[in-house]
Amino acid sequence: MVVVEVPVIEAHGLRKQYGDFVAVDDVSFSVNEGEVFGFLGPNGAGKTTLMKMIQCVSPKTGGKLEVFGMDVDTHPREIKKLMGVVPQDSNLDPDFSVYANLMVYSRYFNIPHADAKAMTEELLDFVQLKEKKDTIIEYLSGGMKRRLVLARGLINKPRLIILDEPTIGLDPQARHLIWDKLKSLRAQGITVVLTTHYLDEASQLCDRLVIMNQSKILVEGKPDDLIKKYIGTDIVEVEENPAAIKCLEREGTKYEVVRGMIQIYTNHPREMTAALLSNCDLGKITARSATLEDVFLKLTGRKLRE
Amino acid sequence: MAYFEIPKLSRMVSKVWLRNWDVFMKTFKVNFVPPFIEPLLYLFALGFGLGTFIEDIDGISYARFIAPALIAISIMNSSFFECTYGSYVRMYYQKTFDAIIATPLSIEEVIAGEILWGATRSFINAVIMLVVISFFGLIEFPSSLLIIPFSFLGGLLFASIAMCFTATSPNINTLNYPSFLFISPMFLFSGTFFPLSVLPDPVRYFAIAALPLTHVVSIVRSLTLAAPGEFILFSLLWIVVVSLVLFVLAVNLMKKRLIV
Ligand SMILES: Nc1ncnc2c1ncn2[C@@H]1O[C@H](COP(=O)(O)OP(=O)(O)O)[C@@H](O)[C@H]1O
Ligand SMILES: [Mg+2]
Repeated sequence: MVVVEVPVIEAHGLRKQYGDFVAVDDVSFSVNEGEVFGFLGPNGAGKTTLMKMIQCVSPKTGGKLEVFGMDVDTHPREIKKLMGVVPQDSNLDPDFSVYANLMVYSRYFNIPHADAKAMTEELLDFVQLKEKKDTIIEYLSGGMKRRLVLARGLINKPRLIILDEPTIGLDPQARHLIWDKLKSLRAQGITVVLTTHYLDEASQLCDRLVIMNQSKILVEGKPDDLIKKYIGTDIVEVEENPAAIKCLEREGTKYEVVRGMIQIYTNHPREMTAALLSNCDLGKITARSATLEDVFLKLTGRKLRE
Repeated sequence: MAYFEIPKLSRMVSKVWLRNWDVFMKTFKVNFVPPFIEPLLYLFALGFGLGTFIEDIDGISYARFIAPALIAISIMNSSFFECTYGSYVRMYYQKTFDAIIATPLSIEEVIAGEILWGATRSFINAVIMLVVISFFGLIEFPSSLLIIPFSFLGGLLFASIAMCFTATSPNINTLNYPSFLFISPMFLFSGTFFPLSVLPDPVRYFAIAALPLTHVVSIVRSLTLAAPGEFILFSLLWIVVVSLVLFVLAVNLMKKRLIV
């Protein structure tokens, strides 16, 4: 028997237009079974639009999009059965308690009552909301709501879960709690697709990611590889001033000026800093690890969060 | 996108209905009060109050004349308001529909479930009113028992009409227009509190052609008086056809609005 590895999601030349406005423009990518795949990009990049097409709730304008090897246009019901969704806006049902939210949702998947009860208990345990079982949604904190939406997205034991900005607006503690849950889903072999405009989230969680800007995918790869490829491991930064630039030109050191900062991309920050300090009079100099933000900044000239 | 594409529906529609039923039952004590109180208020004020100054209408006391109208109005109001303001809140403010269509259910099934639920509200309220009014001996049995299944059909009619307004209303406040310009006139001019025959011909024909409540009143009255009028079959046909057409239209309009 020949086993052909089918990607969980495969997009080719995917497009989405709202009227004349192109929200997703000729996007191609594929997500493999069991990986955490991220879409990193600023607000308005088209991430939510893309997720909605994958979730089969927003029809594509053009291109190919398959989930579990099935076309989103022709097999939405089959795809949605196998998928969990955490939308950007936590659309929990305000008419019900925490517990009832999961139970009512389980019915939409036709899950037998007894199984749903067991699953609900298990999931409330998983997202640490057991004590809030009978609480009305209105009285949950932002982090609790997010965790409940996550639990809701898992009620049908999905093989793939799609999270649109899973930690948006949460405090650091609440974010880390969500991250822990996502890591444990990954350990269970569930494919995780997430969008975020937090670069630490992207680099911490994602096995692979794409960086999006203005409806397009700019680059794709492993977070570390992307940083190495476009920046190097580290960045030495100096405040922009004519003397410093002159010195760097003289030394033949490659640099870029980004938003009032001279940046020198390097894999050897110590040596670079030492050399610059002894050869040029640069004033305040800092060395730090390069991040995905630097990649984004280099590619677009913009920051992720303006 | 076509306005009259026949929606593909499955049994999953019932899950949407069940969601609304669950919410309803959480507050059922409150929900059962209005259909209980309303007929009493109208019967005492109009039937037994104003009615003492009114001669019999076609040999029927005024209270007996308006009793079926009260049931018909309740059929109209229950599903209309459920599928306008109620559905709008679920659609726009609570994002309930968005949450459901991320599951195997389709938007068509969500809207169908909402309309069936609206019809169920009419059914529930009509049954309660039937019980209350029957205590005053104003309606004939067993023919009036047919109002029970009929209330669901009448409910479907007004739920479908309501859903068309909900699908096209830019915001929740603009739903006030159909309430005032459509429901209120119908409340008065559909053979409810005086017979259609006193209206000038053009108005009467308009009421028969375009005011759905006219047909609902005519059927309910035939049943409470145990006197099937000549129009009963025509009215029934009118209701079935208009309900079906508007049901399909409502689903497609909603799809147009929500699937972008
Ligand atoms: N329903 C819609 N109609 C018109 N434009 C839309 C709609 N939804 C999103 N957009 C536009 O598409 C672009 C991408 O939005 P979105 O996918 O929400 O981006 P992101 O999730 O990356 O912030 C934005 O410019 C947004 O204004
Ligand atoms: Mg978004």
